[in-house]
Amino acid sequence: MTATGWITIFAFAVVLSALALPLGAYLAAVYSGAHTWLDPVLRGPERLLYRVIRVDTARGQDWKAYARSVLVFSLAGWVLLYLILRTQTLWGFTGLNPEHFHSMPWAVAFNTTSSFLTNTNWQFYGGETTLSYFSQMAGLTVQNFLSAAVGIAVAIALIRGIAARSGTSLGNFWQDMVRTVLWVLLPLSLLLALVLIWQGSIQNFAHYLSLRGISGVAQTIAMGPVASQEAIKLLGTNGGGFFNVNSAHPFENPTALTNFIEMLAVLIIPAALVLAYGRMVGSRKQGYAIYATMMVMFLGAAIVCYIAEAHGSPAQHVAGLHTGVITGSSGGNLEGKEQRFGIAGSALYDVVTTVTSCGAVNSALESFTGLGGTVIFANLSASEVIFGGVGTGLYSMLLYVLLAVFLGGLMVGRTPEYIGKKIGAREIKLVVLGILVTPLAALFSTALAVASRAGRSSIDTAITAAHSPQAFAETFYAYLSQANNNGSAFAGYTGLVQPNAGNLGAHAINLANLLGAFTMIFARYAPILFALAVAGALAGKRVSPAGLGTMRTDNPTFVVLLIGVIVLVGALTFFPALLLGPVVQAVTGHLY
Amino acid sequence: MTSIRKEITTAAASVLVLMLLLGIVYPLVVTVIGQVAFPGNSNGQQVHVDGRVIGSKIIGQSFAGNPRYFQSRPSGTTPADNAAGSAFANYGPNSRVTERAIRANISAYIKLNGHYYPGGLTAAQLPVDAADTSASSVDPDISVANARIQADRVSAVDHLPIAAVKRLVAANTSGRALGFLGEPSVNVLELNLAVMKAKGK
Repeated sequence: MTATGWITIFAFAVVLSALALPLGAYLAAVYSGAHTWLDPVLRGPERLLYRVIRVDTARGQDWKAYARSVLVFSLAGWVLLYLILRTQTLWGFTGLNPEHFHSMPWAVAFNTTSSFLTNTNWQFYGGETTLSYFSQMAGLTVQNFLSAAVGIAVAIALIRGIAARSGTSLGNFWQDMVRTVLWVLLPLSLLLALVLIWQGSIQNFAHYLSLRGISGVAQTIAMGPVASQEAIKLLGTNGGGFFNVNSAHPFENPTALTNFIEMLAVLIIPAALVLAYGRMVGSRKQGYAIYATMMVMFLGAAIVCYIAEAHGSPAQHVAGLHTGVITGSSGGNLEGKEQRFGIAGSALYDVVTTVTSCGAVNSALESFTGLGGTVIFANLSASEVIFGGVGTGLYSMLLYVLLAVFLGGLMVGRTPEYIGKKIGAREIKLVVLGILVTPLAALFSTALAVASRAGRSSIDTAITAAHSPQAFAETFYAYLSQANNNGSAFAGYTGLVQPNAGNLGAHAINLANLLGAFTMIFARYAPILFALAVAGALAGKRVSPAGLGTMRTDNPTFVVLLIGVIVLVGALTFFPALLLGPVVQAVTGHLY
Repeated sequence: MTSIRKEITTAAASVLVLMLLLGIVYPLVVTVIGQVAFPGNSNGQQVHVDGRVIGSKIIGQSFAGNPRYFQSRPSGTTPADNAAGSAFANYGPNSRVTERAIRANISAYIKLNGHYYPGGLTAAQLPVDAADTSASSVDPDISVANARIQADRVSAVDHLPIAAVKRLVAANTSGRALGFLGEPSVNVLELNLAVMKAKGK
């Protein structure tokens, strides 16, 4: 461990909070219809867009109408993306398929489409050997924007349900989605893409570059419109890399500075939404309480992960390596990590992207130490509520808040209420269902994959011993990641066997692709429906003034209670499975 | 129901319009600005020698164990440093496969450098980046400690004074960004080019 490593972690928390405050105020203005400084530029295009898609934004939607719009919009996006991926060769005339790649096998396209629709960005394919520039741009980049916008819209709808003083309207989905794209995601992406290019990311439509190096070794370097996709991949907490190695690739993440900026880009919107929430429900302290909960859990994860990775792995030690700090090298478990980021920059990055639903990685998660890997697992086991994905993090966290309020109410013997609204049996039933969907999907799919021969065929036994804790860990992680719509991977788990670049002769492992796809879809849309149903149930409730006996939800006691509930639910659900994989690797120096 | 039909029309129209805006217009705008403002970066920081492209400054390349050159980190791809099909090695922390891979990297490194290093090299003296596989498989950098060990070999094989080679290592080391981000790193391709230049080729 080094002083600069610790400074990196704490400076990150400070800079993030400093940026989240103004962005939170801006987001609250955007979704309350207040004036923002971008209005003069964007009002015109916004109105034009509503005319083209024929939407009357004056009309509010109740929760059922809102949910229906979410589902129909997602279905339309699914069909479009699937068609683009399956017709990759047809778009060669645009010049955006310079390497003449064929389409991916149907099962992989099915998985990929579901993956990008649900903001998961799980990838069984490697970008530079599978997809044309057209598929990356018109297909994946578009859904990076839209799936993020859907998540944010649902969170805003839930906030309106909590904040509503009367009526059943949660706002208008089309308006929320369009405003998210135009006012938030597009301007920030444009800015970030240019910052990335300034630091060294590429942005072109050229052929792959073939050359001979200075010692005569041939090399081909993949090219493409990287920066534009990289920017929204992070800001939308999507995480699907342009290249197979994601943000470890120098063209995606060229310097230690971009590494820091990319981490900020991942967390800035989820963090700001929490503060916007406080403003929109009329009590900023409610937002601060949730923010504090998330920050405490985030820092805990980052600190443990950094210590673990700086210590080094049993495999290194048995092989005879010294992993301490020496002159000219900071040591640690640099297996599967990049020199320019170092241990702290790698551990922090992967904690940032696994507490959120981003799932981008700048290092190989499968090569993390047992304890470092356990932290990553724990982040996912908390169901993406530590900042979480854009929108999804906040609405999932609010379900936990309601559960904590309910448990707290039971403890003090009062009717539970949150921000003036009584929480009844119907709301709690919906909340619990919403919370349990994700673990259910993760565990069920893992069990199926572990117990079936077709599922085990995804384990590459050349690298991973068949019955080792690592083999279980990578399988469990695959479905845990997809159920949480995260998309990061212990990347040894395979779904596409590709003898050559460009998909000629490639075949899919169907079970992994289809099971994964249905896991993602179920674990994305079921919680959305439950969250919107909760919003609908709360919207119509009368607000009662807080009395002396009202349990406060904006003080440190509540923060502790909330952390307890999250840890308890996550631990009770996942502990047995975690023991079999990462925890075994964490507590032993034994090699398998 | 007419309302569901209207909903479907709205959804279909919106995904098409947004595809044009976000999937075509936005990347094109970024490309145009990028190519005008940062043409070198946008095209991958290609390095030319005698009018021929010999690599990208920020993509690691293989120097094939040639003792005249500083060597890149171990790469997870076959062939090494495959920049058209990047991949993680996915070596687990408690895996025999990992141990064997690290041992192989250590002995290859000692075989190449040990003879030139004053007092000889042992595994425990190696900086971790010399034996651990990189993440991207095309890591362009090595640690300062790694470069200093290799400097003795390059100096001996290329008949350059060791002080001159160490000066080149220092000149091609980039410090931490903003003073605290990342690790000091030596760009291997640039360092090798500097050494070639110092020899007058």
